[in-house]
Amino acid sequence: MAIEYLGLSSINGPLVVLDGVQEAFFDEIVEFVVDGNIKKMGRIVELNEDKAVIQVFEGTENMSLTNTHTRLSGHPMEVAVSPDMLGRTFNGIGIPIDGLGSLGSADKRDVNGLPLNPVRREYPRNYIRTGISAIDGLTTLIRGQKLPIFSGNGLPHDQLAAQIVKQASLGDNSDEQFAVVFGAMGVKHDVADYFRKAFEESGVSDHVCMFLNMANDPVVERLITPKVALTAAEYLAFECNMHILVILTDMTSFAEAMREVSSSRGEIPSRKGYPGYLYSEFATLYERAGIVEGSNGSVTQLPILTMPNDDITHPIPDLTGYITEGQVVLDRNLHGQSVYPPISILPSLSRLMKDGIGKGYTREDHQDLANQLFSAYAKVGEARNLASVIGEDELSPIDKQYLKFGEEFEKRYVGQGPTENRTIMQTLDLGWELLSLLPKEELDRIDTKLIEIYYPKKENEGA
Amino acid sequence: MESKNIGKIYGINGPVIYLKGKTGFKMSEMVYVGEERLVGEVISLDKDMTTIQVYEETSGLKPGEQVEATGAAVSVTLAPGILNNIFDGIERPLESIAESGGAFITRGVSVDSLDTEKLWDTHMMVSEGDIVHGGTIIAEVPETHAILHKCMVPPDVEGTVVRAAEDGQYTIKDTLVVVELNDGSRRELSMTQHWPIRMPRPVHHRYSANEPLVTGQRILDTMFPIAKGGTAAIPGGFGTGKTMTQHQIAKWADADIIIYIGCGERGNEMTQVLEEFSELVDPKTGNPLMDRTTLIANTSNMPVAAREASIYTGLTLAEYYRDMGYDVAIMADSTSRWAEALRELSGRLEEMPAEEGFPAYLASRLSAFYERAGMMQTLNGGTGSVSIIGAVSPQGGDFSEPVTQNTKRFVRCFWGLDKSLAYSRHFPAIHWLTSYSEYLPDLAGWYSDHVSPKFVDYRNRMMTILNQESSLMEIVKLIGGDVLPDDQKLILEIAKVIRLGFLQQNAFHKDDTCVSMEKQFKMMDVILYLYKRARKLVAMGMPMSVLKAEGIFEKVIAIKYDVPNDNLTMLDFYKKDIDEFYDRVMEKNG
Repeated sequence: MAIEYLGLSSINGPLVVLDGVQEAFFDEIVEFVVDGNIKKMGRIVELNEDKAVIQVFEGTENMSLTNTHTRLSGHPMEVAVSPDMLGRTFNGIGIPIDGLGSLGSADKRDVNGLPLNPVRREYPRNYIRTGISAIDGLTTLIRGQKLPIFSGNGLPHDQLAAQIVKQASLGDNSDEQFAVVFGAMGVKHDVADYFRKAFEESGVSDHVCMFLNMANDPVVERLITPKVALTAAEYLAFECNMHILVILTDMTSFAEAMREVSSSRGEIPSRKGYPGYLYSEFATLYERAGIVEGSNGSVTQLPILTMPNDDITHPIPDLTGYITEGQVVLDRNLHGQSVYPPISILPSLSRLMKDGIGKGYTREDHQDLANQLFSAYAKVGEARNLASVIGEDELSPIDKQYLKFGEEFEKRYVGQGPTENRTIMQTLDLGWELLSLLPKEELDRIDTKLIEIYYPKKENEGA
Repeated sequence: MESKNIGKIYGINGPVIYLKGKTGFKMSEMVYVGEERLVGEVISLDKDMTTIQVYEETSGLKPGEQVEATGAAVSVTLAPGILNNIFDGIERPLESIAESGGAFITRGVSVDSLDTEKLWDTHMMVSEGDIVHGGTIIAEVPETHAILHKCMVPPDVEGTVVRAAEDGQYTIKDTLVVVELNDGSRRELSMTQHWPIRMPRPVHHRYSANEPLVTGQRILDTMFPIAKGGTAAIPGGFGTGKTMTQHQIAKWADADIIIYIGCGERGNEMTQVLEEFSELVDPKTGNPLMDRTTLIANTSNMPVAAREASIYTGLTLAEYYRDMGYDVAIMADSTSRWAEALRELSGRLEEMPAEEGFPAYLASRLSAFYERAGMMQTLNGGTGSVSIIGAVSPQGGDFSEPVTQNTKRFVRCFWGLDKSLAYSRHFPAIHWLTSYSEYLPDLAGWYSDHVSPKFVDYRNRMMTILNQESSLMEIVKLIGGDVLPDDQKLILEIAKVIRLGFLQQNAFHKDDTCVSMEKQFKMMDVILYLYKRARKLVAMGMPMSVLKAEGIFEKVIAIKYDVPNDNLTMLDFYKKDIDEFYDRVMEKNG
């Protein structure tokens, strides 16, 4: 059954071609033995009769056309799963690298996953309190959502993600089982260490399962890392009924790896040299977030991507934004003004927020309040533009009030300490407090009845 | 003749497989691939190579496995049971897939498109001796509370009824009528027909547009209306509200049937539509909205070839209901995903790419798609329409990309979504300066007869004010608003009333989510009346600051929330308020 093939027909970058294969199937995993001692894994990405094109995960170094033995495994890419994965560290293809030995579980899952049937999905409605005002108040994270962080190099996205993990895990309903699956694609060692430390400090490290593909690890391995991580997450969520937060960083490296492999396969490029199936590939990852009917678990995704040159229209953030349910965008300008977290409010969005907030979830005024803050902050931008042309002194009184509001809003609402954990009520009340810097007539997005109830009353301050 | 053509897999590349040698397959023929019998379609034939796209994941396929031709083009099953249902891209009901395979969609699932065992109450419409032809209604079946399903003779059948069943309960497979064709042969007809998805169903002829598809959305109905049988595109970057707009139209449009195609979009969104539409009640009939709705869900993680097909599947279902004489509206969300599926497959076929990697036939495919819309005289002499509303997701929100540009050439309504409006949470974020509707002149007669003879004039006056505002804003951006003369300040103020009080519409507010044409007209009337009176005051030298202090502008803005839809007479009091405001200002400052 297990025929070994000796030698290869060609090697090109991460791809090798093997002729004369029998009974191979598309997407099958193959094992290589190089020079009789180095083991590698690969995946069949194209088949033409008896000729197989194989992606080598660990890179093709040392391989020659003659020194390689190839064996077909007979199954697609699989990863061992078990509840004991928590607290463990694996490499990019799911092999333990923490020196604690193998999982000892015979339970294996196909990493490609299967599309979740929309009629068996449960629509996500429970919000996750992150303790960060800009997120809780304006782009509320919902359990089962996929909400990426659009960042740039040098911005504190890692810090933000770590803070979310820490504060969300210590949320109000901590009796439910919560765990983190961390998938790193092409990250620097420092970043991996940062997360490891952050998990330890916040006391969740025994609830974290890490899959690490470092920046100097093979590129092809990177293509499989998020799939392995999500397979683990799905297992823990839907079979072990846990609430899983998946952090994937950095999606840009994943896309770059795809471009590299695609070009070495000689495929026709579409935008900026990325392959035409970039959208489908992203979608098969992101769509693996959600809640399945009849299971108590959930998979929430928090992918991090660095926008090349801070360009939100670059194919990577662009395609991501079309698949994910909103985005949190970080802004270099705010970061420069030492606002932490530097969340750029206007382009940030949570699509699922509308059904997970308001009466019965957070508070009845939440949606209107958020809309008003967005709209007021958009006007701040207009006032600032005007001020830069005609000077601040020449502005009308109302524009000046907006400038004041903008400043306070950035400093006090968006800005908060890296360990500050605000409740939803604190966030909402702070929103009203800031809106009171503006005259009541300007509040055109809020139901008049709500203004009556929540708009801070000036006379109480002893006017 | 019955011997089926069979071939062997030679090569596999993602969703595309190759067969070597002459296979005898036909173009667009449906095939079963491999031991798991995955569904596929022949997309190119060559002397020594046949290319097939597979509608399911191909991992696990081996070269040498068998490919079996079915003899028929990829087609859909048409019979009662389509409504209040959710299908994947090739008309497989997701509910049955879930029952047979669990929460995740496995491969090679073989399920019937429609329930073949359910008994339907059938009322026969033909009897022995009747002459029938394509489109003749042979039976009527109450498919849901809202919709009477009319079973028709397939377009290619013509002859005399030699046997007809009695009224009673039948499944979609039972023979209802036997027809003797003109050549003397006999044909048994049941409720079921099959129709290839890529071929438009025949009609008698096309009518020109003369009636709007009323959606209850002010910016659409008043500003940029779409006709029944019309085409519209909603382009916008992510987060600008394409899906939200589509949902709103699907909920409130006065079409009889809604076909909602989720093409390469989010799974949670389809779940949401399914949940929400089952609960929401159609204001016209009092039945759940799902009773008139069919969902085609091919989410972004489902196979890409089926995504390409899903658009045609939805379109064919729509045409079928049109042939019964219904007004059908298609929501295609999003046509860009469909275009990208074309691009992806084209790349796998190593075709020569045109602009941005899209295949050169993108434009012709798009035009063929949109031309299947229209108000038609059907084969049985009735009138039905298919309207297409397609969302476009331009890369980077840039409308100059190929899909938006090509779509623009073939649709007559363009509802351009704007990022800055969305950022300031002005929804629907359809920008009044970039959008247009070519249907307005065609529909003017309808508005005049059914709403008011002044309607189009009022609409144009509002557009003028908005355009004036935009040119004034150029000045304000440079020197600030304070230096403008009062009459121009008034224009800015009225434009604000129009933007906030009229164009902006709250989808989550029970009164504001859907607004009747009558209320839309009356709101315009009040706003323009306010403008008229205020302009008189300004002409007499009253400063804007005095006018603004009265709070009347805010009051008019709040009409959308303050006047319930069932009490429109309240709107008449607003004119009185405006008169009082006028008198007050005159008294104090006159």
